[in-house]
Amino acid sequence: MNISIQTADFDLAAELAALRTGRAQIGALVSFTGLVRDFSENGTIGNIYLEHYPGMSEKALEKIIIEANERWQLLGVRVIHRVGELHPNDQIVLVATASSHRADAFAACEFIMDYLKTSAPFWKREQTEQGAKWLDTRESDVERAKRWDKQEDTQ
Amino acid sequence: MKIKLLYFGRPRENLRLSNETAELPAGVATVADLLALLRARGPEWVGELAENRVRCAVNQELGALSAPLHDGDEVAIFSPISGG
Repeated sequence: MNISIQTADFDLAAELAALRTGRAQIGALVSFTGLVRDFSENGTIGNIYLEHYPGMSEKALEKIIIEANERWQLLGVRVIHRVGELHPNDQIVLVATASSHRADAFAACEFIMDYLKTSAPFWKREQTEQGAKWLDTRESDVERAKRWDKQEDTQ
Repeated sequence: MKIKLLYFGRPRENLRLSNETAELPAGVATVADLLALLRARGPEWVGELAENRVRCAVNQELGALSAPLHDGDEVAIFSPISGG
């Protein structure tokens, strides 16, 4: 299964090894790891709490991966999103893409992450010295995701 | 018509409710109509379910608040998504 939503941490090296081992047509392996920062506009972060919409979150990620496969020549994709309570410096999300050449792997990894941010149902609550706050979708994330729409329109 | 309602994120926490089954009166045809009906439950609901503060999914697909409702639908109401 290439999608996991879990409370447990993940081992980046083990995930990348699993994606490429025994598949010599892969020439490029790109990964993005998202981490919990210790700061935000609300202050110093003590912890964050992540929740998701079981059933829909898996479906939404699957849809994003299907679209990535339609746009680029991919030989493998792995997405892990953690939920529950996390602390600064913890890993939150992994997106890894494998392809014969780097251009497709780079682009697909960024596309999946950008779409995940705006279309997969996950919610983050940040705990700072100011109290707890559910975060909004960032406008900059919406803009990043839109860039891929525009590209599709001009093709 | 009868629908299944789910709440996530800020409204789930502040309204202290994660799911319920609702029997909708005639005239409630869209998610926006449903939100108006729920806001009649009190000031807490008015604040949490203001149209600029909530997003929705119908049958696990993100949609506009104008999305039509049908009997048996699973409707989720949540704060803007913020994963990754």
